[in-house]
Amino acid sequence: MNLLKILIYDGSFEGLLCCIFRIYEQKILVFKIVKKNEPLSDLFAENIEIHTDEVRAQRVWSGIQRKAGKISIERILMAFLSEIQGEEHTIIRYVQYLIDSKRNIEDNLSHPVVQRLQDVVKMVNRERHRMKAFVRFQLLTDGIYYSGIEPDFNVLPLIKDHFAHRYADQQWIIYDLRRNYGLYYDLKTVSEMELEIAPKANANNIFQEEEILYQELWKKYFKHTNIESRKNTALHIRHVPKRYWKYLTEKM
Amino acid sequence: MNWEKIVDKLSILSDAAKYDVSCASSGSKRSNTNKGLGDARGMGICHTYTEDGRCVSLLKILLTNHCIFDCAYCTSRKSNDIKRAAFTVQEVVDLTINFYRRNYIEGLFLSSGIFKDADFTMERLVSIAKKLRTEHKFNGYIHLKAIPGASKELMNLAALYADRLSVNIELPTIEGLKELAPDKNRADMERPMNDLKTGIQIYKEEKKKSRFTPLFAPAGQSTQMVVGASGESDMQILYTAKYFYQKYHLKRVYYSGYVPISTDTRLPAIGTAVPMVRENRLYQTDWLVRFYGFKVEEIVNPNFPDLELDKDPKLAWALRHPEFFPVDINTAELWKIYRVPGIGVQSALKIVKARNFQKLRLDHLKQLGIATNRAQYFIRTASPMNFQAELPSKGIEQLVLSNYHGKYKNIVQQQLSLF
Repeated sequence: MNLLKILIYDGSFEGLLCCIFRIYEQKILVFKIVKKNEPLSDLFAENIEIHTDEVRAQRVWSGIQRKAGKISIERILMAFLSEIQGEEHTIIRYVQYLIDSKRNIEDNLSHPVVQRLQDVVKMVNRERHRMKAFVRFQLLTDGIYYSGIEPDFNVLPLIKDHFAHRYADQQWIIYDLRRNYGLYYDLKTVSEMELEIAPKANANNIFQEEEILYQELWKKYFKHTNIESRKNTALHIRHVPKRYWKYLTEKM
Repeated sequence: MNWEKIVDKLSILSDAAKYDVSCASSGSKRSNTNKGLGDARGMGICHTYTEDGRCVSLLKILLTNHCIFDCAYCTSRKSNDIKRAAFTVQEVVDLTINFYRRNYIEGLFLSSGIFKDADFTMERLVSIAKKLRTEHKFNGYIHLKAIPGASKELMNLAALYADRLSVNIELPTIEGLKELAPDKNRADMERPMNDLKTGIQIYKEEKKKSRFTPLFAPAGQSTQMVVGASGESDMQILYTAKYFYQKYHLKRVYYSGYVPISTDTRLPAIGTAVPMVRENRLYQTDWLVRFYGFKVEEIVNPNFPDLELDKDPKLAWALRHPEFFPVDINTAELWKIYRVPGIGVQSALKIVKARNFQKLRLDHLKQLGIATNRAQYFIRTASPMNFQAELPSKGIEQLVLSNYHGKYKNIVQQQLSLF
């Protein structure tokens, strides 16, 4: 009898790869993947805790890379960064389809798994692009440009290079307040960091005096570049959804 | 800096610049290789959107709204009794750098009223771009408005510092220009365009020989015209656009629906609606020509001089050409799929990829995320009997439009009921 097996992993990408290892090793057909902190609901299932093992993860990853093109690799990584509960299943079904298939499956967009992964990639990409747009740096008294964000998905790894390249001559921090980690650029390299207490967007005392003035100028500009007789609030909100407003200088 | 004064100037000079619709910041090749500030490769970014739903990508300001010209449609015209202001070179530089550092903008779009003469004004614009590039190692996007009549030397200098240059042709016809902008003439606008075109070609050739050739207007040139101020037909507008696209290899032509700002009797009265739907239809046509393989003459011609407001130009064309349909999405060449109403470039590309794996039915299209509410009347799929070819063209039109929930439905009905 194929009892449902629940694989519990630590939430890391390597951990997920180890789940795949176990599925192939024991030829598990009926499974469910959950992160450690997610609730378990099935009474009649067998729980298996998956230990993250670098070597096994690497073996699986090499195996995937042998079969997968650039697009597939990107799809898998981005779907993982979406952190959507249960998305692990799509990733694993995709990997299985990839391994089992003789031809290149990347373009088979009417296949439900490919389709779903493609949709997730689209969602994550949209959020990545939004963060490139919606990050608002504020100049701290110690000369660092700081921005807090709360992206829907874990996009910091995806925007790192963009900001490193663009702001090569200023120190900056982009901090994901939802996931409580950030990126810090020290004029040489970008590193991950955690703050004890992340600055609030409207805590004026930690910003340079000039900062407040430039924010005022930006708000003025935002107001005056609008054409009243073309007002289109629906379109405005579609482009700048309300949940992002609290970190947007022009909307504060 | 005197902040109150700057706030004042910024208000006046952004207000006066906002009718320039271009906000593109894409298409340049300027990369941050000198550890400076900014990067203008690849895709543009809209950092925010105004409450009218337009993208804000660049700091779009006038250097000054003092102007010796008296163009009827322009809010900065000499005879208009408004507050005047002028930035200094340093003020524009500081604003650009500080906005950019905070990730508010992709760069600067700088235009100006004409004070003294064309070259005097152009020189100031160029000096700002030069200062940004050389003193601040700024690699963000710079769009300079070229002043009609500016000398070739200044245009060349401008192109060495800016990513894009544009000369506005202002009105679609020469007659309209004479009537509403008597101080300007077409020849003064075309000369700098031609200089730029030549320059871009020369640098392109040089680039093939040496990779150290400096950038020369890497994002090309564009232009803009006001729509609905001087009574032209859509055909006149689009034929003019075609002329400029072809003759000067423009990257973009922008169409700006006239916003009534004057009591001048030569112009639509204040309170007249901005022709937003018409503007949108013109852009749709522009896209059909640039990306979908249509010829302008297929969309508008002496028999059909104006675009229909209640349907997009591709649908209008399709209804006039029932003999072209149905297009079989499982076998048709890509260019034919491009012509199906409701199917865009991305969707068409998805279709030709996906059909390698199986015969596509209507529900496959839905799975691919392709809207079929309009397309279904114009295609044949592997679903049995889905094409409603027996319907006369008028029947399809009614079917399509009855299912139409486009963003302009209300506005279209309002604007149509005016006639």
